[in-house]
Amino acid sequence: MFNFAPGLSQRLGARLGAVALGLSLTAGMSAGIVAPAFADSQLLNVSYDPTRELYKDFNAAFAKYWKTQGGEDVTIRQSHGGSGAQARSVIDGLEADVVTLALESDINAIEKSGKIKAGWRDRLPNHASPYTSTIVFLVRKGNPKGIKNWGDLVKGDVSIVTPNPKTSGGARWNYLAAWAWANEEYKGDQAKIKAYVGELYKRAPVLDTGARGSTVTFAQRQIGDVLLAWENEAYLAGAEFGKDAFEIVVPPISILAEPPVAVVDATVDSKGTRKQAEAYLQYLYSDEGQNIAAKHFYRPSKPDVVKPELLKALPNIKLVTIDDPIFGGWKKAQPEHFGDGGVFDQIYKPGK
Amino acid sequence: MIHNATASPAKWRLKRPSIIPGFGLTLGFSLAYLSIIILIPVAGLLWRTAGLGWSGFFAVLTDRRTLDALYISFGTAFAAALVNVVFGTVVAWVLTRYNFPGRRLIDAIVDLPFALPTAVAGIALAALYAPNGWVGSLFMPFRIAFTPLGIVVALVFIGLPFVVRTVQPVMEELDREVEEAAATLGANRFQTISKVILPGLTPAILTGFALAFARGVGEYGSVIFIAGNIPYVSEIAPLLIVIRLEEFNYAGATAIATIMLIISFVMLFIINLIQAWNRRRYGNV
Repeated sequence: MFNFAPGLSQRLGARLGAVALGLSLTAGMSAGIVAPAFADSQLLNVSYDPTRELYKDFNAAFAKYWKTQGGEDVTIRQSHGGSGAQARSVIDGLEADVVTLALESDINAIEKSGKIKAGWRDRLPNHASPYTSTIVFLVRKGNPKGIKNWGDLVKGDVSIVTPNPKTSGGARWNYLAAWAWANEEYKGDQAKIKAYVGELYKRAPVLDTGARGSTVTFAQRQIGDVLLAWENEAYLAGAEFGKDAFEIVVPPISILAEPPVAVVDATVDSKGTRKQAEAYLQYLYSDEGQNIAAKHFYRPSKPDVVKPELLKALPNIKLVTIDDPIFGGWKKAQPEHFGDGGVFDQIYKPGK
Repeated sequence: MIHNATASPAKWRLKRPSIIPGFGLTLGFSLAYLSIIILIPVAGLLWRTAGLGWSGFFAVLTDRRTLDALYISFGTAFAAALVNVVFGTVVAWVLTRYNFPGRRLIDAIVDLPFALPTAVAGIALAALYAPNGWVGSLFMPFRIAFTPLGIVVALVFIGLPFVVRTVQPVMEELDREVEEAAATLGANRFQTISKVILPGLTPAILTGFALAFARGVGEYGSVIFIAGNIPYVSEIAPLLIVIRLEEFNYAGATAIATIMLIISFVMLFIINLIQAWNRRRYGNV
């Protein structure tokens, strides 16, 4: 009947969505190609869900800074979505100049596709994480269930709201934070740690696909006694749904979430925007960039340059990193815990 | 377009379908258009799946989690389509047979699920049927939202216009005289409905059922907000596809999609057979 080259149909079929998205975005950009040298430049920052407010502020600050450096007018476009889905869009052809995602493993996946050069983690300070965050508890007013630490989550009839680690970057940090506590509590006894984390997820009546969805489930639908959330998301929930309805409980131990950033080499080299893209990411580490991050309840990587009152909301606790031997870095932890048939899948195996 | 088809047997020759010219052009255009819009993406899907090989495909197919997700997706879509067949037909009946103030408005409201972004529908339904929602609180301690029942509710909402809009025009065409004739021949109302009206409506109802069902199977946006998404309990197959994509496992994702495609195709085929049988039995109403 029709004898199309199979490779062509594969490309067309599997990437139709990405191409359509890419087309709509590049249509605007390619218009600028024939313009003279001092034209305005455009950057596309492909980011994950909870950073909307942060980058809205930061983009305005960077554009102003770039002008003062004698640069041209620069506009930054934002794209937000689930971290994994955003990474896939970039792999499939969305022309991002920079990616600012929730997980190192998402950027590793883009690196595998060849669009980002190896060694990106060492090109910027602090493992290319300009800001960090951690996982805290959001509980109902007055903390009726007396939740202070990770062990309290599996006592009595406590029910827990957390997103699905399979579809949400934030949820993976939740899981790892619980694991880190259990590892200390049970002195590294694998069977006990797994039993604890398994019990935790058996108490989750809903697994939303993203962090925002879980916040809504907990705050608006009144499901569950405790929400495991990004620190900044917990503060936002207070601002969004009424400060008096909830309390934030910061456990004594949690995970150090390092949302990494990287320049997408393939895009900046073809568009000629490397200079701007690199400056943009560098500026996240500047005094202004760090203060904007702290204002949005991200933990600055250089706290000494941040106004002390902004740091008050971010108490010092013991933070375990993903590079700790118990996890062995994302390259090991991702398949082991969240891969197909990994530890998280085993939790839900029927008859366990 | 009379071409030299002496070599091919007569039954293979395209018979001239109509007196209207342009058959070759329009057929060519239709096939090309359908290829670009439907066949090439489907081919791409199968191509990606082929990367798994038979054994890999079979492993996905027999995985307990895939099976449970498929069972939930097809089961809830089937239940929702059945509900829609009954109540959609009733709605269509009321809209065509009676004139009352606000009929036009209600007629327009039926199309809302078509126009509403599915995520909006999902959020609204979850808010209503949650344990603290207006409807959900009435049913406590029996839960609707965040259980498979919640999925059915979402799919009923999504599928309603399909049934109403396919049955409505056929209903409008039904002759009142036929009913009157049935009455004069001594049929009671129930007999009239079951022996006179329904047989004429069956093809349209089946089409509506098939559309609502097919749409329900693939529905993602409205369902994830109300399902609960617990593996083996309320995890729908489209969510499992998204999960496989999150694992950067394209082949695994397309394998599940291919399985869904095959099952849907078989079901639509069976529904078509029923329609054909129905036509043979009752003639082309």
